[in-house]
Amino acid sequence: MSFLAVSKVSKSFGGPAIVDAVDLSVERGAFFALLGPSGCGKTTLLRMIAGFETPDSGTITIDGAVMNAVPPNLRPTNMVFQSYAIFPHLNVFDNIAYGLRKLRLPGDELRRRVEAMLATVRLEGLGGRAADQLSGGQRQRVALARALVRQPKVLLLDEPLGALDKRLRETMQIELRAIQRKVGITFLLVTHDQEEALSLSDRVAVMSGGRILQIASPRELYERPNCREVADFIGEINFFHATVKGMSDGNVTVNAGLLGIVTLPSANVAPSITAGDHILLAIRPEHIRVGGQGVAGEIVTATFLGERSHFHVKIAGRTELVAVSGQAPSGKDVMLAFPAEKLIAVPTL
Amino acid sequence: MADGGRNLRHGYALIAPTLAVVGLTLAAPLALLLVASLKSQSGIGFEAGWTLSQYGDVLGRESYRILFGRSVLVAAAVTLVTVALAYPMAYFVAFHARRKFLWLILLTIPFWTSYLLRVFAWKIILGYGGVINSGLLGLGLIDQPLSFLLYNPFSVVVTLAHAWAAFAILPIYVSLEKIDRSLLEAASDLGDGKLRRFLRITLPLSMPGVIGAAILIFVPTTGDFVTPELVGGPAGAMIANIIEMQFTQVGNWPLGAALALVSMMMVAVIAGLFVAAARAATKAVR
Repeated sequence: MSFLAVSKVSKSFGGPAIVDAVDLSVERGAFFALLGPSGCGKTTLLRMIAGFETPDSGTITIDGAVMNAVPPNLRPTNMVFQSYAIFPHLNVFDNIAYGLRKLRLPGDELRRRVEAMLATVRLEGLGGRAADQLSGGQRQRVALARALVRQPKVLLLDEPLGALDKRLRETMQIELRAIQRKVGITFLLVTHDQEEALSLSDRVAVMSGGRILQIASPRELYERPNCREVADFIGEINFFHATVKGMSDGNVTVNAGLLGIVTLPSANVAPSITAGDHILLAIRPEHIRVGGQGVAGEIVTATFLGERSHFHVKIAGRTELVAVSGQAPSGKDVMLAFPAEKLIAVPTL
Repeated sequence: MADGGRNLRHGYALIAPTLAVVGLTLAAPLALLLVASLKSQSGIGFEAGWTLSQYGDVLGRESYRILFGRSVLVAAAVTLVTVALAYPMAYFVAFHARRKFLWLILLTIPFWTSYLLRVFAWKIILGYGGVINSGLLGLGLIDQPLSFLLYNPFSVVVTLAHAWAAFAILPIYVSLEKIDRSLLEAASDLGDGKLRRFLRITLPLSMPGVIGAAILIFVPTTGDFVTPELVGGPAGAMIANIIEMQFTQVGNWPLGAALALVSMMMVAVIAGLFVAAARAATKAVR
């Protein structure tokens, strides 16, 4: 039994389903990301777990207890809001202590807990600071501390770094990961930023149109996407139309048109594919060997970026693809090799 | 610094029309009032020389003290009742109403008629042979018309609470409407039930509206003489009725001026204390 379990949960706001029969399970202590474009239903799913929305059907279970009928204030979850929702009439200390007041702790115990949390998020000595005198990064830390100090079973983060500038975001990513390891609380992060999802989490669920497309480790998602959308959403990738000719144990033979007949390991082939299917072969730009023995192409643009170069290459005068190589460009014509073990097969849809 | 000077001149130029109006219609009459209060009446003119005797009269006479006290009590009661009734209405429109604009229009409709008409309407409703009494008599619930409905401080409070309703609803509505809804979700998320959340987030954040509404109602109520005159009866007379009387019927301007100035000072002090207390109470919430 997983720690946080979402089972067949659907939600519509009168129109089409925003969240459509979603199944999800998160292990205790994991850093789990829900990744998807805006409007894919990830925030609605998060809000259902927090208790702000009620599922139309399905169940949400945390640590064995069904949460559907539990109001948000009684759930063992806490949330870091996208807007941070720092209480403007309270200072930093009182914002963080907000969720502890009900426990009626002795004054010095309350102070000790808040101070410890201030130290965790590196805001030592800022307890007396008014809410409107905080920078974006500090607000983010206060929101995080305020939620963590209640020691929730699951911490929910709704695009927590979205409002920060790029450099601050990178620093906060590292810190967020370190804080999660330190406190050991289960984190569920919602983001549309694939880099953020890949770098922070142990496991990622990619959502689109209210459904989960794939749940996997970041590395698996990148190397073995199970469909075109996941492949496209995570990083850059090139597609070729192809047909499956035959499947034997361990290998799949594909007629890939321009690339000829290719045999790739069946681990690289999405499980739904069978012989005779029309499929897409995909390869990451950095996996194409520029200058290798293979298909002839014509360089359209080449961008020198120092340690590597970006190439836009036309094959047979039309198919355009992107390759990344450590080799500097020379001339217009180029040979490209497509290592079979780096090719991925996904269904066309 | 030169730039600052130019900005300052620019600023003064912008507010000059307002300053002129305020100076002519507010500061000048106030100055006249102050001058008059330091004189004493003789026939239809003032006696020569200056005196503080009017203030001695105002502060020394018990009947005035009773009227001051009653004015403050009635104004406080009107303020309390109006704000207490207006808050739920403003809350409903801000948080639950679908067509907010329509609701706001509906709430301000009473203001489309004259203030006097509204006071007279209450006179008809509360009167000896009025709507309430004839209704209760018709239903057989009472044998005699209720006489405590009209011509006392109670009827003043009822009438003014209705008359000022929109002045309270609008500022409270605005301050409630401004509250970021995610703050309320955050409070729930951090363990607050609906009541605790209201007391810790909604109420403190709407205090500016409540304070504004209270001042908007308290200040004009203390100075009102029309409503007590029409529905207050002898037991409902307030300090403003006496002030009005000094200027019109008695013809003792210096005494009227002194009463008015003392009344103003009193209102200012009470309003200041109220604002300070409300702010302190808000700060104490954690």
